[in-house]
Amino acid sequence: MKTLVCIECPRGCKLEVTRREGKILVSGNRCPRGQGYAERELVNPSRTLTTTVKTSFADFPLLPVRTDGEVPLDSIPALMERINTVQVSRRLLPGDVVMPQLPGTHVALIATAAMTALDTPASGE
Amino acid sequence: MSSMESWDVIVIGAGPAGLAAALAAHGAGARVCIVEREVRPGGILKQCIHDGFGLVRFEQKLSGPEYAWHDIRAVRDAGIQLYTDTFLLQLEREEGFVLTLQNKERAVFQLKARALVAATGCRERTSRQVFIYGQRPAGVYTAGTVQRLINIQGYLPGRRCVILGSGDIGLIMARRLTLEGAEVVGVYEIKAEPSGLSRNIVQCLEDYNIPLHLAQTVTAVHGSERVEGVSICRVGPDLRPIPGTEEYIPCDTLILSVGLIPENDILRPLGVELDRRTGGPRVDQRLHSNVPGLFSCGNALHVNDLVDYVSESGETAGKAAAEFALGGRKTPQRVPLLARGNIQYVVPQYLDLEHNAPAVIYFRGECTLSRVEMHLLSGEKVLMRRRYAVIRPPEMERVVLNPAELTESNEIIISLGG
Repeated sequence: MKTLVCIECPRGCKLEVTRREGKILVSGNRCPRGQGYAERELVNPSRTLTTTVKTSFADFPLLPVRTDGEVPLDSIPALMERINTVQVSRRLLPGDVVMPQLPGTHVALIATAAMTALDTPASGE
Repeated sequence: MSSMESWDVIVIGAGPAGLAAALAAHGAGARVCIVEREVRPGGILKQCIHDGFGLVRFEQKLSGPEYAWHDIRAVRDAGIQLYTDTFLLQLEREEGFVLTLQNKERAVFQLKARALVAATGCRERTSRQVFIYGQRPAGVYTAGTVQRLINIQGYLPGRRCVILGSGDIGLIMARRLTLEGAEVVGVYEIKAEPSGLSRNIVQCLEDYNIPLHLAQTVTAVHGSERVEGVSICRVGPDLRPIPGTEEYIPCDTLILSVGLIPENDILRPLGVELDRRTGGPRVDQRLHSNVPGLFSCGNALHVNDLVDYVSESGETAGKAAAEFALGGRKTPQRVPLLARGNIQYVVPQYLDLEHNAPAVIYFRGECTLSRVEMHLLSGEKVLMRRRYAVIRPPEMERVVLNPAELTESNEIIISLGG
């Protein structure tokens, strides 16, 4: 038996996880997401990666970004190295794609903040 | 001063609470504007680039800027006037409220409002407010400052960091510093249990093998120009350092994550009544303070652990401020809501018996308690009872009281017991 803390939401349920006959049995979860989390955590722990990339704009030197899906936890250091080589030279909005596919994954890197001033007509919404 | 620009409602602060308040006031038919001291709206969410925001409100895991963007766009689309880069110098009360402000376009100018929503957020407890010996070398930061340096400005504040306090921002920054190539030697927490959420212990510390040391604290900072190291010590149950357990940890940076304090200094001249436990104004369920027309919400009211509830309180305050400004000035009939057995604090601190909408009540336990029952009592009458498998002080609890339950009484008491 293994104990996990579910990280799907701030409640942080304590999960008790047992493997029996090829199945993963979970208890302690207060919602169905706990089951999915425990299954993924045992097989391939993965996380959403959030970080920043450089921009070419003095008034907005860093753009916050995230992966638009989860990536394997152990791939994160290599992904950080790759992401740190990126520089954004267009004004982006949340959801705009920064990198269409991160190497070795099926997920994109997307902008999470608006680089435009509020009164500028926004593009790409 | 008859030509003074006049509004039904003015919201101070364009963070999540202020944005929600302005949208709700606008939705209720009030003419509303927002004043914000920073260049961009969004408040602290601008620098909270990690995800996990919006699970309650949007059922999605958003990053802070994405969560803010939802409301920023709505404020823009509603055409709500937003004065950014505008500093509030003074607040006075005369037939409503007069705000003296300063910005680049208008220099010093005044605005008038019938009702005011204070959504000024909170600030961090600093090294001056925790007791640490030593000189004052460079390299001592609060966690929020580190977050701003790394995420907004692009500076790494140190290479080898010690984090004091296990608050959520400190845990989030432990991960962030590691991702950006700094070494986090450890997180030291004076109490016997972490003060941040369990999920952050897992995804910020355990994921990156960062040790968490409980019942230990920093007792001295070493170095003259720059931090060279810190002394850490074990503490007893009385939280005092145990002699002989001192250990020297070489590091170039000490980061404090030791708590947040609601920021309400600007309201003092109005004679607002503050709650010593929350640090925010004492309010009724419409978040109306003792000053008629002054409403409070978000982290200025009390420090929340989820932004979703910050937005919720902003909506409540904004709607109530609009109703006040537009003439629904029924005199509140308030009875105190008192925090008793095992309750650290409760918001609101009053219940207005005249108000017939569901009342949202937030409370925190004083310590970790298993299998307890919350009781809401009006005299002998039980208004509400609810069982909890566990109550932890870092996790705020929220219940909704049906107004039909409210009856005439002198006081209402909330408590936790076996």
